[in-house]
Amino acid sequence: MVQVKKLMLDVLKPHTPNSLDFASALAEQGPDYRVTFTVQEVDEKTETVIIIIEGQDIQFERIVETISEQGASLHSIDQVEVVSGNPSHGQ
Amino acid sequence: MKALRRWQLYQHITGSRSIIRRYFVVNGFDGALTMLGIVMGFYVSGADNLEVISSTCLGAAVALCMSGISSAYISEAAERERELKSLEEAMVTDLHGSAHGRAARLVPFWVALVNGLSPLIICLVIMLPLWLAAAMDGFPMDPLLAAIIAALVVIFLLGVFLGRITAGFWLWAGIRTLLLALLTCGIILLFSTL
Repeated sequence: MVQVKKLMLDVLKPHTPNSLDFASALAEQGPDYRVTFTVQEVDEKTETVIIIIEGQDIQFERIVETISEQGASLHSIDQVEVVSGNPSHGQ
Repeated sequence: MKALRRWQLYQHITGSRSIIRRYFVVNGFDGALTMLGIVMGFYVSGADNLEVISSTCLGAAVALCMSGISSAYISEAAERERELKSLEEAMVTDLHGSAHGRAARLVPFWVALVNGLSPLIICLVIMLPLWLAAAMDGFPMDPLLAAIIAALVVIFLLGVFLGRITAGFWLWAGIRTLLLALLTCGIILLFSTL
C-alpha cells in the first residue's frame, strides 16, 4: 500500500478565496497536513500558485475535490513523494 | 457551523455583504418614506376609517416588498452570472460545481429577500399604531399622528445605522435623514393647501 507523503501542485485560482482561506481549506482535509502556498503569478482575475502539501498519508482525490470546490484548477503535479506502506516489501 | 462558514465564503466571493447592507438601507428608506407619505396624505385629508387606511398601507407595503424582491433578484442574478462567466473564461474551467458557481446561484436569492423584506418590515412597524388603535379602545393619541411619529423615528434610526456603518457621527446621520423626512412632510402639507 502506497502512501503519499508530499505533493507539489501547480494550481490556477481566482483571487477569492484568498491564499490563507484556500490553504486552510486544504489543510482541513487531513489530520496532519502541512500546506505551503507560494504565489507565482498574478493577473487581473487569477493567480498561479505552487502548493506543497505534506503529511503521513495524503488523500489526493480529496485534495483535487477541494481545489475544484474553491474554484481553482489543477494544472500539473510537479513533485511527488510516495512511500510503500509495507515494511516487508523488497525483502 | 460548516454551513455558516460556507455561507460566509459565498458572501466573500460575491462581495455581497456591502450590497445587502446598501439594499437594506435604500429600500428600507423607500418603504419608510412611502409609508410616511401615505399616512401624511390620509392625515391632512382628515380620513379616519382605520380599515381603509390600514388596507391601503398594507397594499403599498406588499407591493414594495414584491418590487424589491423581483427587481433585486433579476439584477443580482444577471450580475453574478456575468461575473461567473468572466471568471470561467479567465480560468478556462467550468465553475458550475464550485463555490463560485453556487454563490452565483444562491446569493441573489438572499439579496432579493433582504431587498424585499426590508421595506415590508419597516412598513409594518410604521403601521403598528393603526392596528393597535383598531384593536383597542381608548388609544392614547390620533393613530395617524402616532404612525407619522413612528415613521420619523424609523427614518432617524435608519440614518443612525448608516452613520454607524460609515464610521461617521451617528447622531448627525440620523438628524440628516430625519430632516429629509420632515421636508417630505412639509411638501405634502404644502400641496394639501393648494
